[in-house]
Order: sequence, then C-alpha cells, then structure tokens
Amino acid sequence: MSAPQFTKLTARCVVLPNTDVDTDQIIPARFLKVTDKLGLGEKLFCDWRYRDDGSPNPSFILNQPEAKGVQVLVAGNNFGCGSSREHAPWALVGWGFRVVISTLFADIFKGNALKNGLLPVVVEPAAHAALVAARAKDPNLPVTIDLEAQTVAWPGQDPLRFPIDPFARSCLLKGVDELGYLLGFLTNVEAYEAARV
Amino acid sequence: MSQKSRTIFEKIWDAHVVAQEPGAPAVLYIDLHLVHEVTSPQAFSVLKERGMKVRRPDRTVATMDHSIPTVPGGYEAADELGRLQLRQLETNCKDHGVRLYGLNSEQRGIVHVIGPEQGFTQPGMTIVCGDSHTSTHGAFGSLGFGIGTSEVGHVLATQCLLQHKPKTCEIHVDGQLRPGVTAKDIILALLAKIGAGGGTGYVLEYTGAAIRALDMEGRMTVCNMSIEGGARAGMIAPDDKTFQFIAGREFAPKGEAWDKAMAYWRTLPTDPGATYDKVVSLDAGKIEPMVTWGTNPGQGVAITAPLPDPSCVASAQERASLEKAFAYMKFTPGKPLAGEKVDVVFLGSCTNGRVGDLRAAAQLLRGRRVASGVRMLVVPGSQSVKQTAEAEGLDRIFKEAGAEWREAGCSMCIAMNGDQIAPGQLAVSTSNRNFEGRQGKGGRTVLASPLTAAAAAVTGCITDPRTLIK
Repeated sequence: MSAPQFTKLTARCVVLPNTDVDTDQIIPARFLKVTDKLGLGEKLFCDWRYRDDGSPNPSFILNQPEAKGVQVLVAGNNFGCGSSREHAPWALVGWGFRVVISTLFADIFKGNALKNGLLPVVVEPAAHAALVAARAKDPNLPVTIDLEAQTVAWPGQDPLRFPIDPFARSCLLKGVDELGYLLGFLTNVEAYEAARV
Repeated sequence: MSQKSRTIFEKIWDAHVVAQEPGAPAVLYIDLHLVHEVTSPQAFSVLKERGMKVRRPDRTVATMDHSIPTVPGGYEAADELGRLQLRQLETNCKDHGVRLYGLNSEQRGIVHVIGPEQGFTQPGMTIVCGDSHTSTHGAFGSLGFGIGTSEVGHVLATQCLLQHKPKTCEIHVDGQLRPGVTAKDIILALLAKIGAGGGTGYVLEYTGAAIRALDMEGRMTVCNMSIEGGARAGMIAPDDKTFQFIAGREFAPKGEAWDKAMAYWRTLPTDPGATYDKVVSLDAGKIEPMVTWGTNPGQGVAITAPLPDPSCVASAQERASLEKAFAYMKFTPGKPLAGEKVDVVFLGSCTNGRVGDLRAAAQLLRGRRVASGVRMLVVPGSQSVKQTAEAEGLDRIFKEAGAEWREAGCSMCIAMNGDQIAPGQLAVSTSNRNFEGRQGKGGRTVLASPLTAAAAAVTGCITDPRTLIK
C-alpha cells in the first residue's frame, strides 16, 4: 500500500500567530459527517476564513494574495489541541500544506499529521520569532525543510536542527506504510494473546 | 531480585508491550476498542481496501453518539449526511460482527458513559477510541487515550497500536472540597494552573485525599478533561469504590474470573517509592466553583475572582492570546463573571452527563424555575442514565422547572447533531470545551459544574451556586 512520503521541500509560508489553535478551528465539527476525506481542504479554518454570508474574509491569511501556493504554515504555540479528529490534518493537506512549524504541537494532532505526510516541525521560541520576523519583511520568503538532515532554514538563517521521532522520520523518508509494519507483528500478537489467557 | 518500584501507568504499559524494535515505538496491545460513527468510517474503508476483517470484534464495541439527534425519531431527525454516517456504522458493524449499541438500543449512549456503565471498562486495561475524551476511562485505573482515524484502522486490523512511552506526571490533590465545590471544579482549577498545553507529553495520575474521596462519577469527570491540558490520559488507582462500581455489571467478570481479576487489580496501584517525571499539587480546600471565561479550557477562574487583565501580562504572546479570547467572548477584563446574562444552559456530555450530575442539578432546581428567556437542555449521557433518572423522578423536576428533557447523545457539546446555540449567545455548559464556535458558530461557552450550570439556569445569569444551596 502506498504511504505518504516527505523528503525535502522549499516553499513559501503563511503565519497564523494565534496560540492554542484547536482542531475545532482547523475543521469545525459540523463538517465531520463525511465518510471519506474529500473536500475538507475547502472547509479548512472555515469560521475564520469565511464571513457569515459565505464570502472570503479578506483579512484572513489564507485569503491574501501571497497565500496562493504556500505549503508551509507557521503556527502559534500548542497547535492542534483538543479533539482527536484526523479530519484536521486531512483538511490542512487538502488545502495544500505540507509542513506546519510551531513551538509545540498537541500529541494526537502530531501523530495524525505524521500519518498523512504533513510534517510537524518544532522550533525554539527564538527561532520561531525570527522566522515570523523574516516572513514579515519578505512575503515570498522561501523556507526549506530537509527531513533527511532534520533541518529547517530560510534566507539569513543557517539550517536549524529540529527534533522528530526517528521512526516517523524513517517512515516518511521511505514511504513506509505503518499498518503494513504493524501487520508484520501478527505472529507476536498471537503469541501475546495465547500467553495471557 | 527485587523489582523496581513502578507507577500504575508503567505497570499497565509494561504488561501490554507485544514487541519493540530498536528505535521504533512499542507495539502496544489494546484490550478494548470503542468505536463511534464520526471517526470510524474511513478506518473501516481501509480494511475494505485491503480485504481485511476486524481482528477482534469481541474486543470492539460501537455506539452512536456524536451526530445522533437527541430528539425522538432517530434517523428521521438527522440530516442527510448524519443519516448516511449512522447507517454506515450499522453496515460496518454488521459486516464485521461488531457489537453496536444502535438506534433502538436501550443502552445506547455516549461512548465514554456506556463503557463503564456496561462493565466493559476495567482496571489494568488499555482502552482506545477515536475520541480524545477516552481519558475518562482512566478513572478505573485503566490506560485510556484518544487516537486518530488511521490508528482506529490499525487497532481494527491488528488490535495493536504503535506508541511511544509518554512521561508521567502526578497531580496530587490534597485536602477536602468545600460544600458546593465538585470534581468539575478540581479539573477546571488544574487546567487554569497548567494551561491548555501544560500536560502535553504526559500521562497524569491523580492522587491525594480529595481524589480518593470522589465517587467514580467524579473521578470520571476529572480524568475526562485531562486531554484539555494536552495530556492524552489521566489515571486514578483503583480502590474499593472502583471494584464496587464494576461488580455485577453486564460485562464485568463473574465468579472465579472476578476473583482472578480482583487479585490482579489490587496489584495495580503505584508502588511506594515510585517516581514521576513531574509533580503538580493542588489544595482542594482552596478550590472554589470554577468558570471558564476564555476560548480554551485552561482559561478559567474562580467564580468570585476577577478575570485577568491582558494589559497586566508581560509576555506578548500570552497577552495576544488573552486579547483574542476577550474579543471573542466580549467579557470585561478585571471584573468577575458573576452576573453576566446567560441565554442557554446545557447539562450533559461525557464530562457531566451521568446520573449523579443530573441529581446534583435537580436538587438545586427542585421547586425553582428556569429563568425567563433562558433555554435549558438536559441530555442524559446514555439511555440507561435516562431510565435511572426517570425512575427517580428527576425528569419531572427538570420539566417542571421548564427545562428540555432529551434522548442520550453528545448533543450541544459537539453541535453536529442539531443541538446548538446561535451566534452571540452565551451558554453555561457542563461539557468540556469552550473553543470558539464549539457549541455553534459564533456561540460563546462558559464551562462549569452541574451545580453552577443549574444556578445560572435559575437566575438567568452566571451565579455562585453556593448562594442557592439550601
């Protein structure tokens, strides 16, 4: 089975500075009645992105001209808190994001993101502030994320190492299917079950 | 050889590691997998694509709670997408032989209410569900945590998950709660202290006299909201209250199996001398009824205390966060919340939708009326809770007071089933999340205990329940 892959990306970014952005903001619950993953990108950040009459809210970052084609979201601390809905990374990926950079990610969101090829990159607060400042000066600032080297860089910033679970890194680099990996342990699972009874 | 002192979390973790390769997460065995309609369809689709069946349907239990309407009429009351989702769960459970508490089941209810109620939830178990409030089950001394839909697929297919071992944090709550202060206030006070991300990476174990003194329902309320601090799981060591709660329930062990289970359960509590990665202490005697004022559950204050003032906050990031919350909630910094006019009161959810919660609210409402202009919705956590409440006459107290008495479901906690508040409205809610729009687009939520919610219903404004307790 095909699994998402990530190796290296250079792309422009947008900044969503709010802290504690919960998954209800990323994708509101009323859009969770789907039984597939399609179309969620259109609803990403729906209640911030659209006005009550359904027209785009011009002040929201994704509606600004320079947001077209960006693939990196620079987010505030504790991004993705709240609900376990995997619809959140599905919506982010559906919109076109490949990377989210923050100082802290909620655990379940981080796990869900990695399983969908959306790379959560954790940086120190000082580096985060420097990236936000650099982006403010240059709306077209290119950010380079190299998963093999585990680094993030932008013009004026030497590659910074970011932490990532080595297993998730290896899965993303090689396109390893996690369920396939787990299925490889079925004999162990059977032995475990037999020993417990 | 003497064994290292271990916490309850470490004992359960160690007992469930099936395999672990160097540099890889553990393959962790899952004893109980709870399933609902919203986060499972895409996982069942993965099984279908691969031509697989649910590996252990006997360890899988499904219910309908999130998108199901709480008015009588079942499917017919749901919108078209909701109906499709509910029918999809029925089909998936039938195809895979999974037990489903479906539309016509008299035990149907919120997944975290029926697990303990039916005796599925037991000490020492690993329990997962595609729902972050799976932390509720930790109240029984089990390791319960929420997972995403990909992981739901992993468990359906293999009964295992790939997991990294989290760190441990002891939440020590000593002292005694004062009258009018409840389990909900303990957890809201903790969240106000550690913040919405303060528990990230940890499993919490709640200890201390105030935790031991809680009944099982109160313990569930506390563990339920562990996730609101970012902790995936919250746990409480099992004791006689735990065992008494479980004994005799439909899926609880019986006879010899009970004795064997008890012998194991008694070994679970944390060993003397075991250490945690972090310790946080609270004095229960100092906790007051709590209310949230902001847009995450960590933004809470004592009901008598003034709200924070962003202009007094040094950190620019924190100031911006407070300002954003105030802009949405339209409250005044520096003033207490008491007296703020309320439009809707919601009593229910996996946090506070159990019979003890309904009893507490009913006691305050008895002989009183819901204030004019206030809509109060009472939604039992399960159909069993509903039947028990009706047998006790609680429904009559609510109805006579002017509240709506509904069928079981997640209702206004998730607002994807027809129950929601209107833009700008203010709800006092016993649920678990006050995120922007959580209870309906543009709606504003104040989280509180069932007592504080009932007090708001009676007076029509945010009210310290202690002023109404006879």
